[in-house]
Amino acid sequence: MKPKHRRLYVVVLALLALGTAAALVLNAFEDNLVFFYSPSDLETKPVAVGQAIRVGGLVEEGSVEKKGVDVRFRITDGARTVAVAYTGVLPDLFREGQGIVSSGRMAPDGTFQAEEVLAKHDENYMPPEVADALKAAGEWKPQATQ
Amino acid sequence: MTVETGHFALIVALILATLQSTVPLWAANRGNEELMRLARHTAWGQLICVTLAFCALMYAFARSDFSVAIVALNSHSAKPFLYKLAATWGNHEGSLLLWILILVLFGALVATFGRGMPEPMRARVLAVQGFVAVGFLLFTLLTSNPFDRLMQLPSDGNSLNPLLQDPGLVFHPPLLYFGYVGMSTAFSFAVAALIEGRVTPDWARWARPWVLIAWAGLTLGIALGSWWAYYELGWGGFWFWDPVENASFMPWLAATALLHCINVVAKRDAFKTWTILLAILGFSLSLLGTFIVRSGLLTSVHAFATDPERGVFILLLLGIAVGGAFLLFAIRAPAMEGGSGFGPVSREGALLLNNLLFATATATVLLGTMYPMVLEAITGEKVSVGPPYFNATFVPLMLPMLAIMAVGPMLAWRRGEVGRALKDLWLAGIAAAAVVAVSLWIGGAGVAGVIGMGVAAWLAVGSVVAWARRWWGRGALRRLAGLPVEVHGMALAHFSVAIVVAGITATSVWQSEAVRLMKTGDSVDMAGYTWTLDRVYDTLGPNYSAVRGEISIRNGDGERIATLFPERRFYPDSQQNTTEAAIHTNWMADLYGVLGEGSAQEGWAIRLYHNPLVPWMWIGSGLMALGGLISAGGKIRVRRSQRRAAGTAEAAA
Repeated sequence: MKPKHRRLYVVVLALLALGTAAALVLNAFEDNLVFFYSPSDLETKPVAVGQAIRVGGLVEEGSVEKKGVDVRFRITDGARTVAVAYTGVLPDLFREGQGIVSSGRMAPDGTFQAEEVLAKHDENYMPPEVADALKAAGEWKPQATQ
Repeated sequence: MTVETGHFALIVALILATLQSTVPLWAANRGNEELMRLARHTAWGQLICVTLAFCALMYAFARSDFSVAIVALNSHSAKPFLYKLAATWGNHEGSLLLWILILVLFGALVATFGRGMPEPMRARVLAVQGFVAVGFLLFTLLTSNPFDRLMQLPSDGNSLNPLLQDPGLVFHPPLLYFGYVGMSTAFSFAVAALIEGRVTPDWARWARPWVLIAWAGLTLGIALGSWWAYYELGWGGFWFWDPVENASFMPWLAATALLHCINVVAKRDAFKTWTILLAILGFSLSLLGTFIVRSGLLTSVHAFATDPERGVFILLLLGIAVGGAFLLFAIRAPAMEGGSGFGPVSREGALLLNNLLFATATATVLLGTMYPMVLEAITGEKVSVGPPYFNATFVPLMLPMLAIMAVGPMLAWRRGEVGRALKDLWLAGIAAAAVVAVSLWIGGAGVAGVIGMGVAAWLAVGSVVAWARRWWGRGALRRLAGLPVEVHGMALAHFSVAIVVAGITATSVWQSEAVRLMKTGDSVDMAGYTWTLDRVYDTLGPNYSAVRGEISIRNGDGERIATLFPERRFYPDSQQNTTEAAIHTNWMADLYGVLGEGSAQEGWAIRLYHNPLVPWMWIGSGLMALGGLISAGGKIRVRRSQRRAAGTAEAAA
């Protein structure tokens, strides 16, 4: 193959690979970008039932009800709360008053059906999303959590 | 006193590194042999100094010297001795020192084992390596001094995050850093070639073993990290597409592309600019990974307590090293191309395709990793890009890659014949068809799962065929003995990839899971076994108390085949709980049990998994790294004609 043809061949292949990747990425982004909502956001920006989202805030004191491995609790940002249902083993650091982030989908009855609950690493840690949500709701007390 | 010695040794290392990054460069330009040799001595001097500093820090940890700030923050007098030592690199400052130790270790190794290289080349490589060392030594001394003292002596330490108190901490960071930092040698070789203004087959031959060693380290480090997450986090998964995992995976992808195309430079004197570019990109991605992990952009078990100053410093370092290298590349690269032509269907063509697919895959992972950070920085909007994105982009790019991987080694250089290669691969075709049929018969695998299993079989048999036809037939033993070692290395590595792919696919599509609230005596039937919670009792460890479950597993005939002992541990020093999964493996599957919260009256939350073929991932990764190391031992012969061609090209340029 002449160098000129070789270059053309390389360019065509590269464009093909990049094009495929771009199509895959755009397609995946459309379906799989997961947005974060605080309980207040959920009030103002309605979310379609079944769309994957993440919700974060503090586990409301006294809201945790366990029935076998089914757990129900509420997440609060101080201003609003959202009811959460989860089935499974909760992380070691899950407790009332703890900042958590959970991914899942809204159920038709307005509860958040959690698929994953993350309470991370140590009791002093506040997920940044939760910290921002609390600040937005005017409930942020840094000295209490840091 | 030891602590101050360590601090002093680091400063001496900085001075030596500064010398090494300047004098040999100047000497190489002037042709001063005497001064060029200086680099070798400074490289060893740095290794000695940094080793001294590292030992001093380790000694402080071993003795629980809480006057040292990071010891007080990350250790505790009641911790087992092994974790006291490993805690040396279980924090930001200490792990940075380990980074530097490995960096200067590579420098000293290049100084000693790079004997075949002409003196100016070696001097330049070591100078670039010295430059990187200057950057990181400054970083550690200015922003993250591990030897900082505390004014007030605490009565005891803060202890180490219990998640890290695990044998994984002993091996995972050193091996991963070995790979991460090993990429710096590839970078040094690339920049040295750019300074010299030419890339020759000999250059590729010198640089190649370092790329392979770094790649093997990365492979093992990533696999160990994944294994650790698998048994420590208790979620039954092994890879979460977490930004921190991606930070180590991207350099691996770039290194994989690099180790393939550097052979084309060595054998065919082609792909030169692209190889240089990949070497620079690989190390840039290592630095980017370091930035992601240490800048405080992320929160994970890997993200150390951080301050923004550190992030800015790494970004600056990244900018200077990478920006400088790319600038040099832009100036020098246009004059370098050339080399021999090849047809679209040839070994070169297959390797080109390999590189394009790997580069594209790296780009999609990079996009998915950086997009949320960039978006939040610009708009403040919080999004996350999870596993579905990566599965939807990465997997479709890798499946064709794996299919081609079996064909590539069958093709001749310059001009190959697909028809003949495919005819020789009839056995692989039959194996793939058989595995696809079995997967369909088992069911529940989905299209991607069936293709994944089929491709794994195709590649496994294909790799063996490609290897065997090099020696099979008359005089087999003599021909086998005469094969260059890299042929064995490649065959082993490709075969192991197939094993890993089979493991990943099988556990992704055929994992069984059961989450139950169980009282003692309760049973669950899952995956053909009966899992019974026999008892739950309290127990004590060296620095924790634990609740331990006893889960017996019986097969269909009621025969007890294994007993699992999952634990929930409580660490009083740090007031934290951890979950210790219990795993029984029979090499075809893992039986995995986790004990959750609960009590004797209400029962315990129990999570059980049956993970088929998971052990294959760990075995396969180990063999893959071994294949890389075997290849590293090979000396690719540079043909005289290639050497002459490179020589004339250079004379013409």
